[in-house]
Amino acid sequence: MKITNAVVEKHGLKPEEFYKIKELLGREPNMLELGVFSAMWNEHCSYKSSRIHLKNLPTKGKNVIQGPGENAGVIDIGDDDAIIFKIESHNHPSYIEPYQGAATGVGGILRDIFTMGARPIALLNSIHFGSPEHPKTKSLLNGVVSGIGGYGNCIGIPTVGGEIKFNKTYNENILVNAMAVGHAKKDKIFYSKAKGLNKSVVYVGSKTGRDGIHGASMASAEFDKNTEDKKPTVQVGDPFTEKLLMEACLELMQGNSIISIQDMGAAGLTSSSVEMASKGQLGMELYLESVPCREENMTPYEMMLSESQERMLIILEDGKEKDAKKIFEKWDLDFVVIGKTTNTNNLTLMFKNKIVGEIPIDALTDKAPIYDRKWTKTKLPEKKTQIKDLKKIKLEDALLKILSSPNQSNKSWITDQFDQMVMTDTVQRSGSDAAIIRIHKKEKAIAVTVDSSSNYCKAHPQTGGKQIVCENWRNLISVGAKPIAITNCLNFGNPEDSKVMGELAECLLGIKEACEFLNYPVVSGNVSLYNGTNKKSINPTPVIGGVGLITNINNKINQYLKKDKNIILQIGKNFGQLSQSVFLDEIYSITDGPPPEVNLSNEKNNGLAVLKLINERLTSSVHDVSAGGLLLALVEMTFDSNYGLKIDKPKNLSNLMEYYFSEDQGRYLIEVDPNNLNKINKILVENNIYSEVVATVQKDYFEVSGELKILKNELCKINKKWYSNY
Amino acid sequence: MNSSVIVFPGSNCDKDIAIALEKLQFQNKMVWHKDTDLPKSDLIVIPGGFSYGDYLRSGAIAGKSSILNEVIKVANDGCLVLGICNGFQILTETGLLKGVLLRNQNLKFIGKDVHIKTINTENKFCNKYKKDQVLQLNIAHNEGNYFTNKDHLKELEDKNLIPFKYCDKNGNIDKESNPNGSINNIAGVFNGKKNILGMMPHPERMVDQIISNNDGINLFKSLLN
Repeated sequence: MKITNAVVEKHGLKPEEFYKIKELLGREPNMLELGVFSAMWNEHCSYKSSRIHLKNLPTKGKNVIQGPGENAGVIDIGDDDAIIFKIESHNHPSYIEPYQGAATGVGGILRDIFTMGARPIALLNSIHFGSPEHPKTKSLLNGVVSGIGGYGNCIGIPTVGGEIKFNKTYNENILVNAMAVGHAKKDKIFYSKAKGLNKSVVYVGSKTGRDGIHGASMASAEFDKNTEDKKPTVQVGDPFTEKLLMEACLELMQGNSIISIQDMGAAGLTSSSVEMASKGQLGMELYLESVPCREENMTPYEMMLSESQERMLIILEDGKEKDAKKIFEKWDLDFVVIGKTTNTNNLTLMFKNKIVGEIPIDALTDKAPIYDRKWTKTKLPEKKTQIKDLKKIKLEDALLKILSSPNQSNKSWITDQFDQMVMTDTVQRSGSDAAIIRIHKKEKAIAVTVDSSSNYCKAHPQTGGKQIVCENWRNLISVGAKPIAITNCLNFGNPEDSKVMGELAECLLGIKEACEFLNYPVVSGNVSLYNGTNKKSINPTPVIGGVGLITNINNKINQYLKKDKNIILQIGKNFGQLSQSVFLDEIYSITDGPPPEVNLSNEKNNGLAVLKLINERLTSSVHDVSAGGLLLALVEMTFDSNYGLKIDKPKNLSNLMEYYFSEDQGRYLIEVDPNNLNKINKILVENNIYSEVVATVQKDYFEVSGELKILKNELCKINKKWYSNY
Repeated sequence: MNSSVIVFPGSNCDKDIAIALEKLQFQNKMVWHKDTDLPKSDLIVIPGGFSYGDYLRSGAIAGKSSILNEVIKVANDGCLVLGICNGFQILTETGLLKGVLLRNQNLKFIGKDVHIKTINTENKFCNKYKKDQVLQLNIAHNEGNYFTNKDHLKELEDKNLIPFKYCDKNGNIDKESNPNGSINNIAGVFNGKKNILGMMPHPERMVDQIISNNDGINLFKSLLN
């Protein structure tokens, strides 16, 4: 078949990229080779638009064992324990087929974790849908939530946290980001770098089918008029097989037969073999007729581009095939030697004793295009809205409206579809600021959370990027954890649009600044570009997944009120900044103005002071103030608690709405025993921390003097109403 | 007391139950589904999970596995058998327990804490609980909606073969406190001899205060009694 311009375009390659391929090969590629190039040079695998910006992120630190570049990041949490984690997107497949798209998103990220030798211990997700009124939203929501649950519940890994947001920007391009966290022994971490010549390359796991063959590739008539019945481009997940694959791999990893191992994720056999060879600066020869196939007459092209799930590639030490095979047979999985490492530095594809493709490995990796795309800066918007110019609303009405809005509603409709307790180490389930997972049979635990603030990022990407790292950091502090490192999932629109490219560049700048200042390195991540429909890109939505350490599990804390007559202190200053707030959006549909300012130095001081108070057991609950502001944060402290609150009116700020709903950053609410107040104030003063008393714990009622008095159980019901009526 | 936990491909609560058993000083062994010999046991546990991916119907394939033949033999001889969640589904598939577990009434997976009330405490599994005690246990299943025919239901009620029913936190057994649509709010059932118990809630998840509560402990203590 002839490679025409149209064929090149269908492979997602630009004419100049095709020219470069010919130059690198010194000849025209054949169709198989073109397919391999398209798989390796696409945005997802090559990071061609984002790479030059990503490289500025801080990726090192004293706890970092492995930063970006491997299947996942690895951090040291003391003793012989390491935590391996990563977040990844599955946006486009989830919009086309929500259940399978979301499920395979979970499956894919889990493989990234256990490939490195970790037993996965927690799953989280960040999901973004269009407006609830959009005709597709409801079924997408249903499909995605049951897909995430379907995979995690079956494989038996608790889904412990996440976030869900609705915004019309995602009407035709939802976001489904899944994060997995695993635990490994520090001296038993596995990497993908191939080593040694003539080593067996082994294929394990499920058989290869025609599912997931690159959407941009030859799906239909042009390829072969008779093969009309190609399966859809969305992969189909099988959590049962993944469970077997995980157990088999972890069992094999107990021994010493593995040189390197890599899961077959995006671009399947192509990217796994190329990455392993590339990292080891070796070549690889594959005998494609040996690949276990699910369907008849599969071509080398299809095998190389299939994204069938639950497969791995392993390079074994000499003479270990027999023992390794026994383990995979025990778990009823395929185990086939399909190739070997070579010294040619080429990817050599053989089919029935004939060379059907041969490409220098570095042409696929190091020499892949990198773009320094044009980008424009976003100016900090001016504050236009003055609260005094808006139609007055009663505090109670505003609170109830926000509490019953889709984005602020109780998420138990979602989290009740997830098994949060399997593995019996979930100390804090979802609902508080971060989830807490105990390290098995130890006294320590990790805290995990995912966060995003696309409206802040839209208004001013650099501030938004900074803010989201800070909020993530704050959420970990709020459960008593010392934040260690993050993973990020960068969901953006079309990078060929200089405005979108600017959003990416500036968000990354903000992320970098905050991560550097907070000693909070980025150890893994994923970039998802071209999110949008009809030339309209989504709001910039970087999602941050953070991991923190709780050295003594007895110091864990949550946000729920503990004791009558305790006092609530607000740490950090309230400036009454309402632009970009939930309040203005929900009550007045106003979405202009700058996001709240981020003061990194206050953020750090406040956080570390709160952590100190937690570790000295001077607080009985802690909650950060974020979207929705002070009043919403106070309400949230009464949920899952037996108490209400009596809230003081502001002493300084004149406007109630500004005081109760501003989203000024760096703030926490801490519940303290009045008897400890002097001691606490002393610590706060010593550390230059601003604090003020904002409320007192009382029985039953949530009350703002002179403004509202409601049974806290009523608020809880109102907060749960939206999902049950949707 | 010697216990055996049967492990199928796809079991995922096997380690959790083993931890709970060992915590309570059981001498526990894990038994792989391909094993043909069952170690001598006083208690056999069929754990939760998705045995064989729950393909065909949850518990259906496991119910036909060779190790289950051994379990059926010793169960008929009076050995104590506990099936939790998928284990309960498997026991109904083998016929060791009557009735079936249908899809949850809301057609969704349900993973949350629920309350159950101890209805019958005069048996090997529940003797450490007080009668009418309200326990908070965790459920996590797609198919926990117990159903059986009228005659069998009458037999279950008349012969006191229902150890646990879903209730609210005050012990009221009503429609609102029924998470999955189970007939008569049934959360667990016995066979006629009360040596086989199937239950949907997970007692092994409630033996550790730091992650939940200790409401599951007395089930294991009862067995040791």
